[in-house]
Amino acid sequence: MSPVVQIKDLHKIYESGEVPVHAVRGVTLDIHRGEFIALMGASGSGKSTLMNMLGCLDRPTRGTYLLDGINIDELDRNELADLRNQKLGFVFQGFNLLARTTALENVELPMLYGRHRHQSMEQIRERAMHCLEIVGLANRFDHFPNQLSGGQQQRVAIARGLVNEPQVLLADEPTGNLDSKTSVEVMGVFQKLNDQGITIVMVTHELDIARYCKRNLVLRDGVVVRDAPAEDRVIAEHEMKRLKEAEAAAKLTSAAAAN
Amino acid sequence: MRFSNTLRVALRALRRNTMRSLLTALGMIIGVAAVITMVSIGSGAKAQVEAQVASLGQNLITVMPGSFTSGGMRGGFGSSVTLTPEDAEAIAAEVKDIDGLSPEVRDRNQVLANGLNWSTNVNGVGPDYPYVRNWPMGSGAMFTEQEVKSLAKVCVIGKTVADQMFPNEDPVGQTLRIRNLPFRILGVLSQKGFSIFGSDEDDVVLIPYTSHMRRVSRRTSISMIRIQAAAPEKIADVKTAIEDLLTQRRRGREPDFTVRTQEELATAATQTAKTMTGLLAGIAGVSLIVGGIGIMNIMLVSVTERTREIGIRLAIGAHGRDVLMQFLIEAILLSSLGGMAGVAAGIAGSQALSNYNGWPVLVPTMWIFISVAGSAMVGIISGFYPAWKAAQLDPIDALRYE
Repeated sequence: MSPVVQIKDLHKIYESGEVPVHAVRGVTLDIHRGEFIALMGASGSGKSTLMNMLGCLDRPTRGTYLLDGINIDELDRNELADLRNQKLGFVFQGFNLLARTTALENVELPMLYGRHRHQSMEQIRERAMHCLEIVGLANRFDHFPNQLSGGQQQRVAIARGLVNEPQVLLADEPTGNLDSKTSVEVMGVFQKLNDQGITIVMVTHELDIARYCKRNLVLRDGVVVRDAPAEDRVIAEHEMKRLKEAEAAAKLTSAAAAN
Repeated sequence: MRFSNTLRVALRALRRNTMRSLLTALGMIIGVAAVITMVSIGSGAKAQVEAQVASLGQNLITVMPGSFTSGGMRGGFGSSVTLTPEDAEAIAAEVKDIDGLSPEVRDRNQVLANGLNWSTNVNGVGPDYPYVRNWPMGSGAMFTEQEVKSLAKVCVIGKTVADQMFPNEDPVGQTLRIRNLPFRILGVLSQKGFSIFGSDEDDVVLIPYTSHMRRVSRRTSISMIRIQAAAPEKIADVKTAIEDLLTQRRRGREPDFTVRTQEELATAATQTAKTMTGLLAGIAGVSLIVGGIGIMNIMLVSVTERTREIGIRLAIGAHGRDVLMQFLIEAILLSSLGGMAGVAAGIAGSQALSNYNGWPVLVPTMWIFISVAGSAMVGIISGFYPAWKAAQLDPIDALRYE
């Protein structure tokens, strides 16, 4: 099977300032179905720029990008929007849920645009509910974002990313705003989805988060300097268990909760 | 996005800021209410004037003597003494499509009766007069053609004269003395009220024009001829026929008469009311524009405030058009809901004015539609720029916006 993402010699140069900034300087990359990639790098390494281009939010200055065999260079603004809607799912660092809008309605949002818009409201609602079940929040469907914890908000955002059955789920520092335990919880959701065959690319600067992925890419000054399978891969389920035991030992939570 | 969904999103956005939406809509409500109230007052005044003009009689044509010129001195309209009862008879005999005709001779006299006296208008008229003036008898009857021919000393009095001369009695059958001549009272006219020109129409005594000319005023000419055309569409033809006939009767002398139709009078009388309505509606329209600016202002704030939301929508697949429609529909909803509330407020306001001030008001149905359509239009115009601005946003920049 051909790779879902094929990038060849991708460059991005920002001309907005006085001096042109060469943020990405020739990245070549293939991503196959079922991969779980951590994109790492320090600030200014070009990882966010690369992520924006992968997400079809930004166009490369040079080079080609084929997403599911489609050359995005040939698409206009609206076609790119449709491509994002149908082939990509987004999870942001700041969750980016619509405020004062219920979890369920947030998840429905991508289906209101693009090819799904002709479905009946019942079908849309059912599909959104199903995605909330996948992330384990079906019982919170009518809660507003401000009534949910950070981890729960991020799981709603993941459900929103999944709802149009994307080819690739893109996550930009999805655990950046979460504490360590909630991060493990969110990574557990990602691992479960990946086990079901969903391709995930996520940006992170935390090494221990990268260890939950299968393949680690390191960017520096706009070029890939390391591309290797993750070492000592951590399984979120095991980590969660270990954390709970540690908490129980420290009497942070009651013993009953640990079981 | 489907239209129904766009509508839902817009409604939810408005509900999220209930107070702000209400205050914004208030601008439209006041504007539209002002338009409706002003137009109602204007149309009420116009309808009143039209009713007064109609009270002169229906399909009315008047013939007045022309101006009198003697040795270079020119008198005004009606100063000529050349309009005669024969002219009136000729018109009655020869012009088609006439429903009624009455010559009129005007005078002012002191009248006596019942030991009282009163200065009033004593007018010589024909038997068709009440019909032509659309002025039914209150009691008794009008004098007849026969009484006109025989120069009978009979009269019909107006309500004011009846009240002044016979405070506690039925005037019918009594005698009224005009220039010491006894006139038998045949009837009392119904109350007509004040004319457009402010005079009391009911302060009048009507006697046969023949009796007036021979016995009372001793004049040879008449003051005017009132003619009722058979139908509104005949008025122009009748007018032309009268002019032709009278010109012919003058045998080549300068035309010394003026023929006017009620329409011309009505046009002049309603012109003022129309100008007033236009002026009031214009002022009210300005407040509508101010309301529109308020909507544009709030929509611009709303777009800035929701930049992130726009970014999210664009990132997950909304087209620029979807975002444009979302904000445009929000603005249209705001303005047209405000417009409808304004219509209700305007109707209530004009009713209240009518109740407390006794002003005649008339809410024209057409203006209700114009106001609602106009306010929706204001929504489109004032909402378009902010909505367009939102649609042009770059998803990356919008997502980064704090």
